[in-house]
Amino acid sequence: MNDLKAYKKDLKSLFASQHTGVLATQQDGQPYTSLVAFASSEDLKDLFFATMRATRKFANLSPDSRVAMLIDNRSNIPSDFQWAMGVTVTGRAEELADPEKQTSLTAYLAKHPHLEDFVSSPGCAFLRIRVDTYYVVTRFQKVVEIHVRS
Amino acid sequence: MNLTLPLHKVNEPDRQRVGGKGFALAMMARESLTVPEAICITTEAYHQYMRSTGLRDNLVMVLYRKAFKDMRWEEIWDAALRIRNLFLKTAIPTELRAILAPPIESTFAEKAVSVRSSAPGEDSSKTSFAGLHESYVNIRGTEAIFEHIRLVWASLWSDRALLYRQELGLDVDKSAMAVVVQEMISGERSGVVFGRSPVDESQAVVEAVYGLNQGLVDGTVEPDRWILRRNTGQILSHSPAQREKVLNPAPLGTRLENLPPELREKAPLTESDVSDVFQLAMRAESFFKSPQDVEWTYLKKRLHALQSRPITTGATPDGDERLRYLSLHRSFDNLKELWTKIEKDLIPAMEAEAAILADIDLTGLSDADLADEIERRIGIHKKWQDAYWRDCIPFAHGMRMFGQVYNDVVHPKDPFEFMDLLKGTRMVSIQRNQILEDLAGWLRKDPQLAECLRLKGLEDCDSAFREAFNNLSNTFGDLTWGETSFIQDPRQLVGFLLEMTDRPPKNGSKPLKDIDSLEGNFLSLFEEAQKTYATEMLDLARASYRLRDDDNIYLGKIEGQMRNTLNEGKRRIERVFGTDLGALETKEILKTLRNRHRKPKKSSPPPPGAPTQGLKENFHIKARQIVGQPAGPGIAFGKARVVLEPADLFAFKTGEILVCDAVDPNMTFVVPLAAGIVERRGGMLIHGAIIAREYGLPCVTGVAGAATSIKTGDTVTVDGYLGIVIIGETRLEKKKGPDEITRNA
Repeated sequence: MNDLKAYKKDLKSLFASQHTGVLATQQDGQPYTSLVAFASSEDLKDLFFATMRATRKFANLSPDSRVAMLIDNRSNIPSDFQWAMGVTVTGRAEELADPEKQTSLTAYLAKHPHLEDFVSSPGCAFLRIRVDTYYVVTRFQKVVEIHVRS
Repeated sequence: MNLTLPLHKVNEPDRQRVGGKGFALAMMARESLTVPEAICITTEAYHQYMRSTGLRDNLVMVLYRKAFKDMRWEEIWDAALRIRNLFLKTAIPTELRAILAPPIESTFAEKAVSVRSSAPGEDSSKTSFAGLHESYVNIRGTEAIFEHIRLVWASLWSDRALLYRQELGLDVDKSAMAVVVQEMISGERSGVVFGRSPVDESQAVVEAVYGLNQGLVDGTVEPDRWILRRNTGQILSHSPAQREKVLNPAPLGTRLENLPPELREKAPLTESDVSDVFQLAMRAESFFKSPQDVEWTYLKKRLHALQSRPITTGATPDGDERLRYLSLHRSFDNLKELWTKIEKDLIPAMEAEAAILADIDLTGLSDADLADEIERRIGIHKKWQDAYWRDCIPFAHGMRMFGQVYNDVVHPKDPFEFMDLLKGTRMVSIQRNQILEDLAGWLRKDPQLAECLRLKGLEDCDSAFREAFNNLSNTFGDLTWGETSFIQDPRQLVGFLLEMTDRPPKNGSKPLKDIDSLEGNFLSLFEEAQKTYATEMLDLARASYRLRDDDNIYLGKIEGQMRNTLNEGKRRIERVFGTDLGALETKEILKTLRNRHRKPKKSSPPPPGAPTQGLKENFHIKARQIVGQPAGPGIAFGKARVVLEPADLFAFKTGEILVCDAVDPNMTFVVPLAAGIVERRGGMLIHGAIIAREYGLPCVTGVAGAATSIKTGDTVTVDGYLGIVIIGETRLEKKKGPDEITRNA
C-alpha cells in the first residue's frame, strides 16, 4: 500500500521535527498528562522517553503500563486546523535495562544531546513505549489508524 | 497605507497594490487617453478586510478541508460558492468603511459604475487568465458598490480561479485582489482591438458590436471583425456579423435584447472609426511597450478606452480538461435555449427511438441480423450519449446559476438553501420509486400473495399483481444497470419488493412545507419589473434540477434496448456452447453470432490485486474518519452496503448505508431503503446528492476511495452536516440534536 508508505514517511518526519509530546497515564481512572522529550525507533515500532522515578507519571505506570501520547506540529494559529498533523500513539511503556538500554539511549541522545546529564542521573528511568496503534489526524478531520501490533 | 487611490495618484510603485487593470488605466489617463473616471481599491483594503473580519481563517477551513487533487470540479464549484457566501455575509467593518466610503461617494454620488476585478500580476504577458475573476457593470449607490466590491474580492477564489490555482499561485495568506470602481460608460458601440493579431504578427484585429462590449467578451453577441495591416493601418478585410442581438444596461446589470432592424444592416463602425480604434491600440502599445488588447466604447462619437492588457502568447495546452469545465459556464439565454432543446427535442426523440427499438422482435432475427442489430444499437446509444454530454451536462449549470442569484438576493446562512426551493419537481426516478412503493404496499396488505411470491415466483401467483409489475417496465423502461436486466429476470426485483414490504411505508419527495415560503421570500426581494426574470430563473433551475436526473433515465432506456440485443445474443451462444462462459465481451458475441462454429473466448479474469507479500509486515493501515463534502444534512448510523454490481443492490437491507462510486440514476430504487448515502463522486448538485435530499437522507459525497476503504458490513456513521464518514463502532450518545440521530444498526 502506497498510502502506508506515505504515512510512514510523514510519521518519521513528524517525529524528527518534534522534540516533545504529551504523555497520558492514569491512576484509578483519573487521566494525567505530562510533557516529555521523546524519540522514535527507526522502524516506528517503539518510542522512547525518560523520566525521574519519583514522578507521578512513573508511579502511574506501575499498576497500569498502558499509555497514550500526542505528538503534533501545530503552530498555535487558526490554520493549524488544516495544516497541522496530530498523532495519537497508544501502547505500553516499560523501563529499559542494559544492554537494550544502551543502543536506544544513544539514538535518544543524538536527538536530545542536552539531556545527557538528566538521563544519566541515578534517579532517572529510560522507558520504551511498544506502539500498538498510531491514530493520524490530518486536515482537521481526516483520520487513519495504523496498527503496528494487533 | 493606501486603501484607495484615484487614477492620477497611481505611480509605478503602486503597480501591485492596484492590480493590472487599475495600473493600465492610470497609465492611459496619464497619457491623455479618454478613460472613465475611476478609483482603485488597493490590495491593502482586501488584506485589512480579511484580517479584521477573521474571514481569512474561515477561508482556510473551507478551501483546504480536502486535498485539491482529490476534488472534482463539482466540489471546486461548491467550495467557491461557499466562499462567495462567506464574503456576502461578511460586511465591511465600520473603520474600513469610513476610509473607503468618502472617496467613492464624492467621486460617483449616484452615478452608475462598473466594479471590476484587478488582480495583481494579471498584466504580465506570460499569463492570460481573462474571465477568471468577476466584474460587474451598472451598479449604483454606495451600498451596492460595497456589496459588489466584496463579490469581486470573492472572485479571487472563484471556481474558475481555483482550477488555475497553480498558475495563479493562489495562497490564502499571500494572494489579494484589487478593485477598480469606474464610472459606467454606456456606449452605443463597443469592442476590442488587438494591436497584434494572435494568428498573424503582421496584422491587427478590430472587433465591434452594438451596445455594451460585455456581450462580445462573454461570447453572447457576435462581432463584426476587421483585419488591418499592422504597420500601415490599412484595412485588409471586413467580416460582418449576423447582427441580431445587443446587450444593454438593465436594472439587474445587463439585458440581451433584439437589435433594432435599422441597425442590422449597418456595421457598428465606419472605416474611419476602425482606424481611430486601431490608432488607440498603437498609442497604448507605444507607452506600454508591448502590443496591447484594448477594450473600448464609443459614447456619442467619443472613443473611450475601458481597459488595456498585453497580448499573451502562451497557448493553453491541448486536452486541458479545464477548458471543458469552463465551457460549462453558460449565459441565461443560452441555458433557456438548451432547456427547450432538451425537453422539446432530445427527450421525446430518445423516448420515440427507445419505443421503436422495443417493438422489434429480436427472437425473429437471424443470428447475422442480430449481430447487425447489436452494432446498430451500440451506435444509437453512442449517439445519445454524445448528445447527453453536449447538451444535458451543461444544462445542469442552470442550478448553479440560480444558486448564485439566490444567494445574492437572499443572503442565506446555508449557501445551499436554494436546493430546498428546487425540490419536489416530480423527478422520473421518484415517480418510479412511488410505483415500487405501491407494489410493496400491495404486498403488505396481502401477506398470502407475499408468501406465494416468496415460495413460487411471479408467474405462479396473482395475475393482477404480475400485470402491475410488468407495467413498471412499460412506463419507465427496463431497470437496467450494467449487464443485468431486471424485467427479463424478475426474481431479484421480486425479492427486493419483499424486502420493501418488511419495513413501514415511506414516501419520497415529501414537499417541504416551507418551499412556498422560500419561494415567496425569494420573489419578494425583486422589484416589480424584475419579477418575470426571477420567475424565469427559478423555472429554469427547477428544470435543470429535475432533468439532471430524468435525462439519465431516458438514456437508460436506450441503453436497456442495447443490452437486450446483447443478452439475446448471449442466450443464443449459451444454447450452443453451454452456460459456463461467464461474462462475454461484445466483440466475442458478435464474432460468434456471425460464425456459429467459433467458440467464444472467455473474457480474461480481472488482474489480481496488489501482491500480498506485505502480509508479513506488521503494519496495516485503516481509514477511520474520511472527509468528504456535506451533501444532505442529518446523521445516520448503520451497516455499510458497498454497491459494486447489481447483485449488491438486490441484497440491500432496510437501514443500510448505501456506499458506492456514484449513484447511477438506475440505482435509485434502493434509496428509499437506505439510512444514508456515501459516494466517491463529489458535490452538492450531483445526482446522488439530489436524490438524498429528496428523501431527506444524510449524504456525504466526494469520499475518496469510498468503495474501497469501506467494506460491506462495516459499521459507519454518516455525518451529513459536516461531510464526514466515520468507520467503525462509535459510541454515539443519543442526544436530541437539531435532528434526532438515526440509529439503524
